Amino acid sequence: MSDFPRWKYALVAIAMVLGILYALPNAFVPLSAVQVAATHNAPVDAALEQKIVAELQKDKIAYQNITLRHDKAKGDNILIGFANGDLQKSAADALKPVLGDDYTAAFNLESTVPHWLQAIGARSMPLGLDLQGGVHFLMRVDQSDVVDKQEVRYTEDITALLREKKIHYTSVTRNSVHGKGVVVVLPTEADRKAASDEIATSFPDLDVTNGPNTGDRYVLNAVVKPDKLRELAQNTIKENLGTLRNRINQLGVSEPLIQAQGDNQIVVELAGVQDPTEAKRVIGAVATLEYVAGLGGPGDPATQDAARTGNIPPNAHLYYGSHGEPYLVSKRIIVSGDELVDASSGSDPDNGSPSVNVSLNSVGAKKMLDFTRDNVGKPMAVVYVERVTNTKMVDGKEVITPKITYKVINYATIQGVFGSKFQTNGLSSPKEASELALLLKGGSLAAPMDIVGQSVIGPSMGKQNISKGLDAVLLGLALVLISAAIYYKLFGLVADIALFFNLVILIAVMSMIGVTLTMPGIAGIVLTLGMAIDANVLICERVREELRNGSTPLASIRAGYEKAWSTILDANVTHLIAALALTTMGSGAIRGFGVTLLIGILTSLFTSVTMTHAITALLHGGRKKLKTLSV
Amino acid sequence: MEIFNHNSNIHFLGLRKFSVGLAVLLVVASIALLVTKGLNYGLDFTGGVSIEAHYTQAVDTNGVRDTLIKGGIEDPVVQSLGGTRQVLIRFQPKDDTHNPPKDGKVNLDLVAADVSKALQAVRPDAKVVSRSYASPQVGAELRSSGIVAAIFVIVGIGLYLWIRFERRFAVAALVTEVHDVLVTLGVLALFQREFDMTALAAVLAVIGYSINDKVVVFDRIRELFRLARKAEPEEILNRSINSTLSRTIITSLFTGIAMGALFFFGGPSVHVFAVTMLIGIVVGTLSSIFVASPILLWLGVSKKDLMPVTKENPELARRP
Repeated sequence: MSDFPRWKYALVAIAMVLGILYALPNAFVPLSAVQVAATHNAPVDAALEQKIVAELQKDKIAYQNITLRHDKAKGDNILIGFANGDLQKSAADALKPVLGDDYTAAFNLESTVPHWLQAIGARSMPLGLDLQGGVHFLMRVDQSDVVDKQEVRYTEDITALLREKKIHYTSVTRNSVHGKGVVVVLPTEADRKAASDEIATSFPDLDVTNGPNTGDRYVLNAVVKPDKLRELAQNTIKENLGTLRNRINQLGVSEPLIQAQGDNQIVVELAGVQDPTEAKRVIGAVATLEYVAGLGGPGDPATQDAARTGNIPPNAHLYYGSHGEPYLVSKRIIVSGDELVDASSGSDPDNGSPSVNVSLNSVGAKKMLDFTRDNVGKPMAVVYVERVTNTKMVDGKEVITPKITYKVINYATIQGVFGSKFQTNGLSSPKEASELALLLKGGSLAAPMDIVGQSVIGPSMGKQNISKGLDAVLLGLALVLISAAIYYKLFGLVADIALFFNLVILIAVMSMIGVTLTMPGIAGIVLTLGMAIDANVLICERVREELRNGSTPLASIRAGYEKAWSTILDANVTHLIAALALTTMGSGAIRGFGVTLLIGILTSLFTSVTMTHAITALLHGGRKKLKTLSV
Repeated sequence: MEIFNHNSNIHFLGLRKFSVGLAVLLVVASIALLVTKGLNYGLDFTGGVSIEAHYTQAVDTNGVRDTLIKGGIEDPVVQSLGGTRQVLIRFQPKDDTHNPPKDGKVNLDLVAADVSKALQAVRPDAKVVSRSYASPQVGAELRSSGIVAAIFVIVGIGLYLWIRFERRFAVAALVTEVHDVLVTLGVLALFQREFDMTALAAVLAVIGYSINDKVVVFDRIRELFRLARKAEPEEILNRSINSTLSRTIITSLFTGIAMGALFFFGGPSVHVFAVTMLIGIVVGTLSSIFVASPILLWLGVSKKDLMPVTKENPELARRP
């Protein structure tokens, strides 16, 4: 057909070649691998590699290769590839006791995609939790922290209220027993009555009861109502879920499952996470910044003395910097992480070094302004507080100890008076800056959270799902191909070629975007295959109609494509709207399906219309005296 | 090869009282089923019990599953948790025949004890190391986002059809769409197939599929209205259904074949998806033929609503 433009032929040819190239990496099955990494600062070196090799040889576990990878960003690790998942499992089971607490041995995958394909940016689709296993975290939310915050808040609020209402009081303190509320001591019975009424009306969430009275001490107990506490606990879980979602989204993990369990646990499942240690760091670490007055840098004699003798001035903490250098900082916190509104990484405009730009809320800004006004030229330290949980087995029971580490990440002179916006410098790498900004921006959690369980989901189930999914895709494709060829003869065969390339291009696009493949995604692929043929059915039926109406074969082809096009477009746009809605669904599995469907509709528009048109034009265009069409 | 006579002229619209009556009946029955029986929501929606068990010796997940079923836990899902000695067992609290939930409350300790007893009866080295109960809160979130997505689809498609076609087409498509979704859900409720996340995805995909079907017929209706000199709506509609009939059925067959392959070979995790799609394809195809056009006819579609808007040309108006 002479009216089919040449550039469209070229486009179709290019799409076919690129489709094959970028879909190809998925044909290379990655090796099952075990990745050994250090938990803290244990060395990952040739000696460790030899220890692993010795252990594997002792247990007669055959491995394909072992590589020591130096990775500045994620830390050094050793990757051992195995022929199958069983060997991988046995190896991980065998290595864990040998390596001890200092190292982790986690399941991983080792890419076998040839270098020339990697060089052009072709990569295979990451596989979801249901296809390859993944990481499973169980976190426990520390609800007692919520109670603490409430009691501290009410202590302050009641004090303010009594002062405002001019009621005399002896003291307002938190009850020494945790969770028992606030104790207000008043000098007279009348004062107690007045205070009780005021508190009850101002704070409906408090239960106010009279306590014992001795002499001129009339005690009033104010306890947060159980209903309110329950509501707070539920909100805490919800807020923590939200924060976790933000953090995990920023990790770039697709299809995360983040679910509340009971009233104080959260389950996190990360499909396709190759490296659980990084995820664990970001999820598990509760990091916050504390801005404190600096009392002495590493060069200060007082600091050196404190570090040497352990005699720390009563108003100070002795913390260390990232290179182990000591600092003396004030115990009084100027501003802490929960007064932080936003943090973003960038580079210092003066010297280009990595930095974090911080914004504070109005309360924090006021405190910062007050402090900096009086202290220009004096040092201020930024302390990075990180809470990590260690689990140890003692007498067959798990004992969990939260470990809080303080690190001085910045110790600088206050250059001027500032309030809500300022910069934190002195971070060692852009990665550290972005990671810190990410943790801070992810929000300070409503309550601290500890990882109390971590597991890696075995890949055996995934293997089974992959083979079943592959069967379904290939069988579905074959059946549709055969049916189309029988029903529409040559036009059916042309549609078949297009349908095959639809699968190829769909996989190529999904791989290029990096869509995580899951079972619902595979279902989406099969559905796309079944529906993509629809455009060809429309075209073929139109061509048949035109032939029946007495048009010449070439005119029928032209009219068939032209008339079918508007129908195909309308049908696909409405379908696209439906797919779009699926992709906006919050839930992981459905989104994967929706994304597949969305891409599938777009690729099928191209293959079933443009590509078949090109092939048909190629087949029939040269033959001027075409008598019949095989449709 | 042709299965359908291309000259077919079945008087589909003549059946309209019967076919639409049946459709209304099906919708009412579906709503009744959804209200009385309800959907058999899966773990995704209801939350559930999850128990982690460790063995000192290797164990396989199928064995654990069989053991649990014998021990009185119905329909447990058993997953390997890395290594060969740790399994994750998940099930609905109601499936523990010894200690089903009382007053909607789950006694997790008793349920975990049942699981432990069942496992240890066969393998004394089994140990339950953690037990948890997932709140249904996440399911509620999922359900509400599903409803939001469905509304988004319906409004989006309605607007598109309104702009591309005409108001009546949008209304007819949406009414039929609601019918398709309700009947599909009704069938799922009737057979009590587990309704999980993939089933929800399938229901939303059914919306997309069946609207596709309707649009093809509508497109032909518009085309025939524009071409016809004397446009008798009933005849045009009937002719449109007949001339797209072959396509409607062939496409459904092709999609059905693909979904059949998924059902028989895709494994248990996509079963519900394939079943839901298959139901939706049948319902959607039938409603495209028998339901959508009668509604359009009753709404009073006519030729002049569908003529392309011609711009007023003052130049032409001035000419004699």
